[in-house]
Amino acid sequence: MRRALGKVFTTDHRRLGVMYLLLALAAVAVGTTLSLLMRFHRVWPNAVIPGFGVMKPEDYLALVTMHGTLMVFFVLTVAPQSGFANLVLPGQIGARGMAFPKINATSFWLTLVSFLVLISAAHLTAGGAPISGWTSYPPLSALPAAGPGQGLGMDLWLVSIGIFCVAAWLSALNMLATIVGKRRAGMTWARLPMTVWSWLVASVLTLLAFVVLLAAVGMLFSDRHFGTNFFIPMGDMINGQVVGHGNGSPMLWLQLFWFFGHPEVYIAVLPGMGLATSLFANFSRRRVAGYKMMAGMLVAIGLLGLLVWGHHMFVSGINPYAGTAFAAVTMAIAVPSTAEVIGWLATLWGGGLRLRTPMLFALGFLSFFIAGGLTGPILAQPSLDVYLHNTFFVVAHFHLIMAMAGVFGVFAGVYYWFPLMTGRLMNETLGKVHFWVSLIAAYGTFLPMHFAGLAGEPRHYDRLTGPAMNFTALLPLERGITYSALLLAAAQGIFLWNVFVSARRGRVAGVNPWESTTLEWENGEVPSLIERGPYEYELPQGEGGYHPQWESPVKQE
Amino acid sequence: MLIPAAYALLKIGRVVWMPVDGSLHGPAADRLMWWNLVALCAIAVAGHLWLAFAMLRRKPAKRSVPAMARWVLLAGFCGMYAWMALTAQNLWAETRYEGPLQTAMHVEVVGVQFQWYFRYPGPDATYGVTRPRLVNAAAGNPLGIDPRDANGRDDVVSSVLVLPAGREVELRLRSLDVMHGFFIPGMRLKEDAIPGMTLHVHFTPEKVGTYPILCSQVCGLGHDRMQARLMVVSPADYAAWIAGRERAREAEE
Repeated sequence: MRRALGKVFTTDHRRLGVMYLLLALAAVAVGTTLSLLMRFHRVWPNAVIPGFGVMKPEDYLALVTMHGTLMVFFVLTVAPQSGFANLVLPGQIGARGMAFPKINATSFWLTLVSFLVLISAAHLTAGGAPISGWTSYPPLSALPAAGPGQGLGMDLWLVSIGIFCVAAWLSALNMLATIVGKRRAGMTWARLPMTVWSWLVASVLTLLAFVVLLAAVGMLFSDRHFGTNFFIPMGDMINGQVVGHGNGSPMLWLQLFWFFGHPEVYIAVLPGMGLATSLFANFSRRRVAGYKMMAGMLVAIGLLGLLVWGHHMFVSGINPYAGTAFAAVTMAIAVPSTAEVIGWLATLWGGGLRLRTPMLFALGFLSFFIAGGLTGPILAQPSLDVYLHNTFFVVAHFHLIMAMAGVFGVFAGVYYWFPLMTGRLMNETLGKVHFWVSLIAAYGTFLPMHFAGLAGEPRHYDRLTGPAMNFTALLPLERGITYSALLLAAAQGIFLWNVFVSARRGRVAGVNPWESTTLEWENGEVPSLIERGPYEYELPQGEGGYHPQWESPVKQE
Repeated sequence: MLIPAAYALLKIGRVVWMPVDGSLHGPAADRLMWWNLVALCAIAVAGHLWLAFAMLRRKPAKRSVPAMARWVLLAGFCGMYAWMALTAQNLWAETRYEGPLQTAMHVEVVGVQFQWYFRYPGPDATYGVTRPRLVNAAAGNPLGIDPRDANGRDDVVSSVLVLPAGREVELRLRSLDVMHGFFIPGMRLKEDAIPGMTLHVHFTPEKVGTYPILCSQVCGLGHDRMQARLMVVSPADYAAWIAGRERAREAEE
């Protein structure tokens, strides 16, 4: 009994990493199911859905809210950052463990509690889940009378996000302390694998952003229950009742929320960028083109990422001069992002790639990073955003750059590090089928959404017909998107099957199956002094030669 | 994969594009959108061709891409981003930096779950005072106009936005309850209506016609029903319409 409990309440970072990944898997399964219900409802609005009946507009908005919250927080923040960093970060820097193992374990359990509270918001409350979207703009989110689900459901949402903030903050604190303080002698900044750089930047962003969200969530909760008026303006009404007696402003929430919200998307995508850099070097057997510049650009993206939040508010009444300033900074962030892409493409240019499954997913990550990233400069221009803001164009943009790039990064990580979790390799054939079907279905789902956005269709609309505007010309397009989304979801069955089968009967991986150079693959004793860079592939003495970081230079002579 | 994808996108693009523009500033915005989409699509395709080439290149190349080439490429992109930022900035400044002309007409837009109201200030060109506790849609006062304020006596409240073609209009946006998004796709215009704030936008409708008005900021369970119509009519028709509304209002009194 004690042993079983010890296995669950562990402070072992590797085990915690796997637990985080399993939590993300649960969240992604729920989140995907919700999105399929939404897709189904959009093209067959009058169909009876088993367990749902005919979907009401508030049901659709509840699905939107839960889908967004689950995916952004519990999948894209948990898996790439907490999941993989716990799994391999101490290994990669030659540390024996995390800096604060107990804080680290606490943060996992808080995340799990947060997840359960969120799920209960949907299932255990009379009004159901909140309907104000994952951004929860007040006063809609501040007033229980503003809509179904805005009562207890909204309270539980706020509690869940509050707990999540604390968990993310503790986790980032631990990670930052580990990277700064627990590196082995000789593991200098210039010898850090790019994944460690990305976790470093993401941890700093988490520390700065999640405290602001925690404050905002606390203030909103206080508005709802303790009579404060941070976000509710004077004279505000709901259903004919005057409820605003203080002098608050919804704009305060927008500023606070997006000061968190924009860094959050970098928290989600940075680890994928770091991993892609490592995988491109490994599977092309080359050094990273311009390692120092690539690391510097990750830091630059993090810094600029803290300064661009205003671009979510171009049409929300910020001063037009502030709009110009935020547009300029947002455009500026395209420069380090482009530098990263050029660095990757330069690494890949020479060909001779080992196209194994982790590499394919890293290439898929790059493909989405390009396709989704390039619409960024369009949305950064206030005069174009005036039309595209809150349309499906934005949905397409962030699903490609954040969701698909993020998730493909996670897949690359799972295929690549699977041997560290199970000692076995995942099946290559299934992996390749999974990759190609997912890639095509993901583009089939999200590329056409750009056109729905250009046609002017706002997000959060649950059907194509309205009192004044009809988007029925979009119906064939919308059907295509729905079929594609179904295919995308079905393809993940191949992945689950592959994980299940390979964990039990997969090919035994052996030592360092990908001929990697980074320290997490060393299964003997890590030397007390690290004397090599992270990507010493491409050696003069012959093809395929490489020096792992655990080798000492002397041994090679 | 790229060619059928491009073909499909073209086919879709011919059916599904931005609605016809009816505003003065729209053509410039559309041109900008078009050039941006073309430039960025071309770059996306070029990037993927590069990727495909790298994946198909079985024999590793001897030489790597020189650092100089990477910097030149990056500099080229910086130039493009600067061009985009500047051209878009010009348009933004033109439409948003300055207030309306002295000759612009004024209309107030008020969002309330789940309805848009439009208030014309009447012959005195001044809006009457509104008070939240006087709001009573059933009694014909959805905006809570104070009857004791003389300025409000000639205010006209409509659920259709009627505007004369060719005259600039200054909208002031308010909301009584939650945040709404005032969006006229056909006028390339969007601005949020935020409770507690009064926001201003101005534009000039040019082409006579009917344009849908949508809510673009999720505002509750009726969000997708919260639509209205903008009717752009000739100046003579507008004068007749507003005179009719004034007479109807007087008849009620």
